[in-house]
Amino acid sequence: MNVIALSPVDLTVSALLILVLAGLSRRLRLGVERQLLFSAARSTIQLLLIGLVLKVLFDNAHFIWVALMAGVMITVAGREVMVRQKRRFLGWRGFGLGTLSMFVSSFTVTVMALVLVIGTTPWYAPQYAIPLLGMILGNTMNGISLGLDRLTQDAAQKRQILEARLALGQSWQRAISDSRREAIRVGLIPIINAMSAAGIVSLPGMMTGQILAGTPPVEAVKYQILVMFLIAGGTGFGTMVAVSLAARRLFDDRQRLRLDRLSVPGS
Amino acid sequence: MATLRLRQLVTRHVGPIDLSVAAAECVCIQGASGSGKTLLLRAIADLDPCQGEASLDGVRCASVSAPDWRRSVALVVAESQWWSERVREHFDHGVDPVWLEQLGLPAAAMDWDLARCSTGERQRLALLRTLMLRPAALLLDEPTGNLDPDSTRRVEVLLDDYRRQQQAALLWVSHDAGQIERVAQRRFVLRNGRLEEGGPA
Repeated sequence: MNVIALSPVDLTVSALLILVLAGLSRRLRLGVERQLLFSAARSTIQLLLIGLVLKVLFDNAHFIWVALMAGVMITVAGREVMVRQKRRFLGWRGFGLGTLSMFVSSFTVTVMALVLVIGTTPWYAPQYAIPLLGMILGNTMNGISLGLDRLTQDAAQKRQILEARLALGQSWQRAISDSRREAIRVGLIPIINAMSAAGIVSLPGMMTGQILAGTPPVEAVKYQILVMFLIAGGTGFGTMVAVSLAARRLFDDRQRLRLDRLSVPGS
Repeated sequence: MATLRLRQLVTRHVGPIDLSVAAAECVCIQGASGSGKTLLLRAIADLDPCQGEASLDGVRCASVSAPDWRRSVALVVAESQWWSERVREHFDHGVDPVWLEQLGLPAAAMDWDLARCSTGERQRLALLRTLMLRPAALLLDEPTGNLDPDSTRRVEVLLDDYRRQQQAALLWVSHDAGQIERVAQRRFVLRNGRLEEGGPA
């Protein structure tokens, strides 16, 4: 493969873009220059570190290390889902609902892809397992946080309607069905849009990276299709599980709407 | 034939409440805003966690499923709520055309868009929606709050017929002293979380 290795000088040139942007932000008083520089620095450090971690991990392809890495990734993703919620569930569920759903869907889909599709030996070979899990997790995280946020916001806004439906003797499943459907739909929109636009409007990042690194386009495309479907599967199942568990938790054993189980936004 | 009985019911700042509404009886509750009238009705309908117990004909609320309880001890909320576009979509069991006529609504009302209905029309339709469940006890939260005098009387007559024909127990929250005079067999005031028999002081 004819990879053109990037030198620190090459990266410095691209970093100039960030500096110019920050300068403009200061000039125009947009007030985002600090955030911009900070996040650029943060992503540089994070990526360099993960590069080192992956290098070590690839050299010591032991199941325990791969599992540990996966555990760290899912914990961080779970925290990310939680902080993105305006109204999150109180107690361990605020973290646990999203994390559990991500675990169920992302891990299942990743392991399925590794064992049934790619067929690496060992099946947990980190060169495949970690990037795959990362991509699926990142997207599932988006779907779940969008879906959960929509569900809880919707329930809070439509409290009176939900309770009127309960008062008419409807089961909680029926009372919440419209909100649940809408929440799952909202969680799935980004991946559906990404699939529709892929190749025409946008060249997906993974494929672009592979092509830049010298992979023949058709091979890169095949991998991209695989990854796209895996992401759709992970996001779809994850969002369904998360939204369904959350919908159940909104009601107690007497089928009362329990918004007191959610935090109040802004507190 | 059903007696609605509350025993030591406590919900937030309301209670403990002991009350019994006999079959075919109408009991009215008055009280200042914020005195907890709505809270009390919600607790009886098992929409809020509460202490004590409510029972219908000796059957405790906790011993039947929540939807079953709410179908037989049915709450009609003050502000009617709707979730689909058409009126008809909210009626699982259709509607009794005689009742529609009694409330001064045309048979075509079932095909109306809710966006076009007035608040008063919605309130009357919401009452019929609940009556179609044939509840044994009715919890009415200002059922004529948005109605003109003519519609108010129609609702009172319909509920009176329903009470006698179905031997239903009615617990009716109202601010209208004249209305209470017309419909109530017994009346209470909710004050400081307690029910006091008789009119306001």
